[in-house]
Amino acid sequence: MISIGETLRLAGRALRRNKLRSFLTTLGIIIGVGAVIFIQSIGEGAKSRVRAQIESAGTNIVMLFSGASQGPGGRGGAGSQPTITWEDLRAIQTELPSVRAVAPQINSNQPVISETSTWNTQITGTTPDYFVIRNWPVADGALFTASDQASAAKNAVIGQTAADNLFGPGIDPIGQIVRIRDAPFTIVGVLERKGQNAMGMDQDDGLFIPLSAFQTRMQRGLGKFVPGRISVSAVSPEAIPRVREEISQLLRERHRLGPDEEDDFSTSSMAEMTSMLTSTQETLTLLLMAIALVSLVVGGIGVMNIMLVSVTERTREIGIRMAVGAQPADILAQFLVEALVLAAIGGALGVIFGVGAGRFIAPLFGWTMETKTQIVIIALAVSAGVGIVFGLYPARKASRLDPIDALRYE
Amino acid sequence: MTALIQLRDLAKIYQSGDSEFAALRDVNLVIERGEFVAITGSSGSGKSTLMNILGCLDSPSRGSYELGDRDVAKLSRIELAKVRNEFIGFVFQNFNLLSRTTALENVELPLIYARVPPAERHKRAREALEHVGLGHRAGHTPSQLSGGQQQRVAIARALVTRPPLILADEPTGNLDSATSVEIMKLLTDLNRSGMTIVFVTHEPDIAAYAARKLLLKDGAVISDLRQQPALAEAS
Repeated sequence: MISIGETLRLAGRALRRNKLRSFLTTLGIIIGVGAVIFIQSIGEGAKSRVRAQIESAGTNIVMLFSGASQGPGGRGGAGSQPTITWEDLRAIQTELPSVRAVAPQINSNQPVISETSTWNTQITGTTPDYFVIRNWPVADGALFTASDQASAAKNAVIGQTAADNLFGPGIDPIGQIVRIRDAPFTIVGVLERKGQNAMGMDQDDGLFIPLSAFQTRMQRGLGKFVPGRISVSAVSPEAIPRVREEISQLLRERHRLGPDEEDDFSTSSMAEMTSMLTSTQETLTLLLMAIALVSLVVGGIGVMNIMLVSVTERTREIGIRMAVGAQPADILAQFLVEALVLAAIGGALGVIFGVGAGRFIAPLFGWTMETKTQIVIIALAVSAGVGIVFGLYPARKASRLDPIDALRYE
Repeated sequence: MTALIQLRDLAKIYQSGDSEFAALRDVNLVIERGEFVAITGSSGSGKSTLMNILGCLDSPSRGSYELGDRDVAKLSRIELAKVRNEFIGFVFQNFNLLSRTTALENVELPLIYARVPPAERHKRAREALEHVGLGHRAGHTPSQLSGGQQQRVAIARALVTRPPLILADEPTGNLDSATSVEIMKLLTDLNRSGMTIVFVTHEPDIAAYAARKLLLKDGAVISDLRQQPALAEAS
């Protein structure tokens, strides 16, 4: 057989000779590979955005809920029956080495009244550790303190969106007084902007007050049980399963639950939420990928079709080549390499097209793009494979022509 | 002189259904090195079949064919391709040049399959073109050349591998008489330089250029004459 270099040169010439046809043939592959790259990039981008949003809620977090009520009035959801006491909370904080911080939180939507306007926003009652867990510092002013929590002080930390709506631009929120259910709260800090969370809620539209103040102003007052849900942050992502295990053991012990009694609390980790949210997206991406792959195969059929046409058109050329000494393997290689070059060029252009289309389209819809190198490699390999698979039949056909018949072909 | 071609009891039989058709029957023929042979006969006499077998494009049904010192009657397709490349140069009636390909590249074609490196390939192809008087047309494509020039390119392609045997199938069939004379002169010159040339023709005045004339009829050689070639004493 003649050298690969020679065969490549031949293929290049043949393809250049029919530029438009070659281009139209590769178009199928370009669109197929482009679609694979584009869909994968958008899918990956969306996934990592969800992940980032979930992580913006705080890293290494285990959520702890009071138990589900099992009373005669029917079963309720997790947290419907408070079972976790302040004592339990302190025990988790102090006795478990894998736990970094613990913060209960309770929310309520309330109108907040400033001197100039009224704004409905989410009031969160929590403890100062909340901001540690969520990794959420103040942009201006200070957080409320542990002693504010102890004394149910009417100090509040405000998010940027809520601040803008309550005070308008150009007014420093620090030191302003707002009223919630007639109780005056002093703004002591403005939080840094955090953006949307995984559910698309604006996290900056909120007001944070000590949990004790929340309970005395908005609930029946301080009680034995911790209201709402509790965020527990582990010392590291690896410690998350251990933290859940330890909390479970500790609370079962403290609540004196027998071996056959069910937990009167529940935990879930952000990792679970992440995988739940991303798995839907993954399914969708896979489905679209399957469609894109089908279009790649259709592109391959296009290559096969044009190679068959080419073999027929060039029957005489094949005859001439055979007459002067081309072996069947030389003819096979010539047409196979031609198909392979078509597919490979299509693959390369497809990658450029896919990434390019992503770059152009993604910003229009506010999507993020993330192209994985391995997908690019796989896409190129698949398109080369398509070239070989769909080029083989026409190439074999060419190599098996009878030289006499081929020379006589008109 | 030694034998270049030896055919013994060579037959080519085509089968269609139950009936058999013998395109060649029991051909016995020896062609020595350096001979200049014309094969004549009416259409259907088997001359094309004989040329295809001599050219290793086809295999005989029976009998043996020795080319040089090897029996090529039973070679595989791959081995036949090698023999065609090394031992035989073809000239066709309709030239059979690759279109949209320059004269030089057309002449290089057999050398590509002989795995001659590019630099030497260009050199030898250019020499072959100069040999046929077309050195100045190397960059022209077939459509830019006259019929006679195209046939010269084809002859250059046939001789570029320096094969011992050149086979020409109606080499002047598509040319006017003046150009035909030029082409036959060129073949005569090549024969004088030592190449064995076998050509098929149905025109008596073209067959006259050969030193030996075979007449085929119904697949058999019915006459084998030595003659004074037309250009015997030309410079």
